[in-house]
Amino acid sequence: MGYTLNFSAVWRSFDQLLWGLLLSLELAIGAILIGAVIGLVTAFGLISKSGWARRPAALYVTVIRNLPILVLILFSYFALPQMGVRLGKIESFVATLAIYSGAYLAEVFRAGLLSIPNGLKEAGLAIGLTPMQIRTSIVIPLMFRNVLPSLSSTLISLFKDTSLAAAIAVPELTFEARKINVETFRVVETWIVASCLYVATCTVLAALMRMVERRLVISR
Amino acid sequence: MTKNLLEIQALRKRYGSVEVLKGVDCTMQQGEVISIIGSSGSGKTTMLRCINMLEDFQGGRILIDGEPIGYEERNGVRVRKSEKEIARQRALTGMAFQQFNLFPHMTAASNVMLGLIKVKKMARDEARSVAEKWLERVGLGQRADHYPGQLSGGQQQRVAIARAIAMNPRLMLFDEVTSALDPELVGEVLQVIKDLAADGMSMLLVTHEMRFAFEVSSRVIFMNQGVIGEEGDPKVMFLKPQTERLAEFLKTSSFA
Amino acid sequence: MNEFLAFLDQVWLARFVILRGLGLTVSISLLAIALGSVLGVLVGLALTYGNRPLRFVVRAYTDFIRGTPVLVLVLASFYILSTIGIELNAFQAGVFALAVFCSSHVGEIVRGALQAIPPGQTEAAKAIGLTFSQTFTSVLWPQALRQMLPTWVNTAAEMVKASTLLSVIGVAELLLRTQEIISRNFMSLEFYFLAGLLYFAINYAIERFGKYVERKVSVPS
Repeated sequence: MGYTLNFSAVWRSFDQLLWGLLLSLELAIGAILIGAVIGLVTAFGLISKSGWARRPAALYVTVIRNLPILVLILFSYFALPQMGVRLGKIESFVATLAIYSGAYLAEVFRAGLLSIPNGLKEAGLAIGLTPMQIRTSIVIPLMFRNVLPSLSSTLISLFKDTSLAAAIAVPELTFEARKINVETFRVVETWIVASCLYVATCTVLAALMRMVERRLVISR
Repeated sequence: MTKNLLEIQALRKRYGSVEVLKGVDCTMQQGEVISIIGSSGSGKTTMLRCINMLEDFQGGRILIDGEPIGYEERNGVRVRKSEKEIARQRALTGMAFQQFNLFPHMTAASNVMLGLIKVKKMARDEARSVAEKWLERVGLGQRADHYPGQLSGGQQQRVAIARAIAMNPRLMLFDEVTSALDPELVGEVLQVIKDLAADGMSMLLVTHEMRFAFEVSSRVIFMNQGVIGEEGDPKVMFLKPQTERLAEFLKTSSFA
Repeated sequence: MNEFLAFLDQVWLARFVILRGLGLTVSISLLAIALGSVLGVLVGLALTYGNRPLRFVVRAYTDFIRGTPVLVLVLASFYILSTIGIELNAFQAGVFALAVFCSSHVGEIVRGALQAIPPGQTEAAKAIGLTFSQTFTSVLWPQALRQMLPTWVNTAAEMVKASTLLSVIGVAELLLRTQEIISRNFMSLEFYFLAGLLYFAINYAIERFGKYVERKVSVPS
């Protein structure tokens, strides 16, 4: 084996890793915010009685769920310009990750929407709220509370998926780690530190989301 | 002749091929308290829900203060009114449900305030004071900032009644409001309804509490297989039923 | 129309390259699933029936793997293993990383399925005099298997998707082959689309199969 661990080179570049981590987080949060909007619209499509709304929504979810995310990322960045859609690396990546997460969130939200008791919607109708007001004041806020645990795991897996931005040279954590790996040859140390940063961030994100859940939990 | 508050004309309602209301006619004056009794499946809850357009209906008309509810004639064709218009008409009636249906993510006060703010376009402060007034009236002034999950069933139902009544409806609809309650909590809810009746509120109650119907109602309607089987003064209805069906129903129900 | 014909022409030229890539993608996925599942069952058993220290170690392993992006696992495996003297080529290192990733998922599935079995089942088995290993093989495992098979099939689809990450370390699976083809003919839109179509076909077939398995294994009731 003959490999002795020496972290000093990695520590010297630790700043780079942290900046990369910050960018990873920004990418994930940007993607989930846009993805949540896409997912919400799609979820209403999925539960719609009208086939015109339901079929495109179901097609979108099925297609995206069965494609590797890396193919989507490369497609958006390298192939779309051929169609005249030219985006910067970061914009392209966030948009792709948002569309990707939208499909998963749509299914999460669909289940959440179906779990809202019909009686609550009727109570809203009975005091004279319009269907749209019922959606915004009752159904959506309750749905979000119900799906918080799934939302939290989606955020964490999106955060991990930001590593794929390295494939189009977005300087996030994995990209920086690979750079340090090549520059310093401290292979083992670099990847141990990078993994630990990912694991630690996932743990913190999970804890934060649990705190949010506890604050918003509805006592029954 | 006084103008009718509620007028139901030849109301028909089908679920698929099953006809649950087979032509119901009924009128109601301002200030009346009418109990609707009958076995399950007789159509009494469905009738109540039609008045609030929670159920569509296929035939007949429902008028509140002479205004047709839910449908209008356009070029001789019966069409459903717009959702916005139906929402406005629903606010003419207040409804309390068997399962309370309080919004679990809002406090008692917020539950009451929601309709005041969104439908009546009241300012927040004003809505809050109206909500507090009504919660006070149902004996829950101290619980305004509790969430439904922190209240007992009876308290939740009283909040639900306050939520409906705060909208200042022309008519209150009560759909078996005590059926989901533990027996010891029934009394507090019935007391609230009695107080409202004493204030002159017009009310239509679907209920299984025969004793209560007897005490509080100015009139009782007995529904049987989708039509009104018998109606009249509670004393006559309960003590000297005119039809075989009602006599049988009263025998099997808890009225004693 | 001419462009489409040109595309078909390019596809025909590249047909063996694409097929070889597809073959490699399938091999990577199958190997990762097979190795990962064997390891994953062990992980699941350790998490469910292991003593406290074993459970702690295995839990740390699964949490660490699940908290790390698969791409990082692939890169780490590729760079680290050779550095510390384990000579694996890119293909082997990649399959190893995917198998490790798969094992943590399968481990959780196995644990979940075993813990979902009501304790009354074990008690009933004890009551008729079965030993633990008899109880496990004839009562617990068959029930757990039924419950986890559909999820396990979905994990297979995940592995097919994750196999694309091996393109980053130079394993010439379908995605890398596609990129090579594009670098020659610059038809990025068409060939990424084709790759997407192939991946979709494989995963959609797996998804349908999963639904079929779900119907088949459900206990008649």
